[in-house]
Amino acid sequence: MTRDLVVQFLAQGAQMAFVLLIAPLAVGVVRRVKARLMRRQGPPLLQAYRDLAKLLRKESVIAESASWLFRSAPYLIFALTWVAAALVPSFASGLMFNWAADVVALVALLGAARALLALAGMDVGTSFGGIGSSREMMIATLAEPAMMLIVLTLAIAAGTTRLAGVADFFIAEPFGVRVSLALSLISLVIVALAENARIPVDNPATHLELTMVHEAMVLEYSGRHLALIEAASHLKLVLYLSLLICLFAPFGMAPATAGLSGWAIGLVAWIAKLLAGAVLLGVWEVSIAKMRVFRLPDFVGVAFVFGFIAILLAFLTRGVFA
Amino acid sequence: MSQAYEISHLLAGVMLVTSFALLYQERVAAVLNAFAAQSITLALAVAWSAWSDNRPDLFITALIALTLKGIVIPVALHRTVARLGIHREVEKVVGVGVALMVGLALTGLAQALVLKVAAGMASHAREELALALAIILLGFLMMIVRRNAVTQVVGFMSMENGLILAATGARGMPLVVEVSVAFSVLISLFVFAVFVFRIRERFDTVDLEALDRMRGDRR
Repeated sequence: MTRDLVVQFLAQGAQMAFVLLIAPLAVGVVRRVKARLMRRQGPPLLQAYRDLAKLLRKESVIAESASWLFRSAPYLIFALTWVAAALVPSFASGLMFNWAADVVALVALLGAARALLALAGMDVGTSFGGIGSSREMMIATLAEPAMMLIVLTLAIAAGTTRLAGVADFFIAEPFGVRVSLALSLISLVIVALAENARIPVDNPATHLELTMVHEAMVLEYSGRHLALIEAASHLKLVLYLSLLICLFAPFGMAPATAGLSGWAIGLVAWIAKLLAGAVLLGVWEVSIAKMRVFRLPDFVGVAFVFGFIAILLAFLTRGVFA
Repeated sequence: MSQAYEISHLLAGVMLVTSFALLYQERVAAVLNAFAAQSITLALAVAWSAWSDNRPDLFITALIALTLKGIVIPVALHRTVARLGIHREVEKVVGVGVALMVGLALTGLAQALVLKVAAGMASHAREELALALAIILLGFLMMIVRRNAVTQVVGFMSMENGLILAATGARGMPLVVEVSVAFSVLISLFVFAVFVFRIRERFDTVDLEALDRMRGDRR
């Protein structure tokens, strides 16, 4: 009994460590794919780790007008995002804290992190930070309802909002054609692009452009604070990739009863799917252009529309209205 | 739930999505492509129910939908639009966001209505009917929110796509082939009539040479 508990505890700890360790690699893969497709050499795959190490060594410069919020926000944002990322089932569905990995809780954790980031962006009082924060909030007000609709659709299908439960349901259920799930997938991909500040919503590769959103908010940060914020945004990318994998491609994931060998297979499958997702993201970002900021409500609104149709169809299949 | 049911549900759902794509698109060319996609999906849906329910007469309906509305009408409209030089922006009465929200409300209305009214029907036919009604209402909405003649015609024809989908879902309707043929002919007539009338209204002639003279700059 005690031994089981220790193994479970170690497995959960391993998941926390894995998401943190693999996050910069995933970002490195995306950058590398983009560079290669543009016929550039591109940075080495491990460049993101080196950047983080360099930033951690550097001195942190803080504006005179900054308050305590500005200094504490990076730690809180990093902690919230790490917890959220570590809760998404990656290689196994039955880990120790799987009861806490509720999608609604996940949305709440990310929402709290975003609110802190937006406040920190406005704290120093520069116009760039303010514009970034207001745009981030505009995107969030559109993306979050869509996210909740996706959650509800999945809850109708699987009967639970617990991620591990949903994953178990889709592993056990034979593959079927379901319109509502296909629509939720499209919707979740759009939400993921918007939340991770990816093209066409935001361009992660620019620092000095009037259309930037995420980079505008963190412009005032430097040194270890910036390292934490960068690490948090890497974690968020892994979180959304893991979420998509866990909900829509959970094959290979170890079910609740699996032992060590099942976990090993699950881990390999998860890493392979994660890197495949990163490659797809790179190809996607190269193939399309960034949208005008004022077109964004239409684009993210599509996620909302698809989420809404998905939930209507899910209700229809069950005949809940009747 | 059988596989036959799931595939027809999927195709009807894709048609509903293309209806929203019609509302979302701003350019005439993109609207026409979305319409072609919807008609081809309709053809697939009709062909699938012909195959799975063993009703060979529906294959004819599917063929008509595919050739006439999936290929001929979109191509003809593309050419007309190119000749009219209106392939840029579509003028609209309301914005995209409002149109989509109203569309969502109509979809919800259609489903609530059908599930209440047709409570006694088999669940398969009922759901197909609900989706078809939603597509019809979205076609109505499309005709209301667009001012451009071409996109209004597209709205009308997408409404007709919904009607054919509803007719396919309802069993024991042998007239469906005749009805769809008659409708298609009527619509092609409508398409040509609109353009002829509009052109005549503006230039007092149906000759397209008049457009060349009015263009001003020559390449």
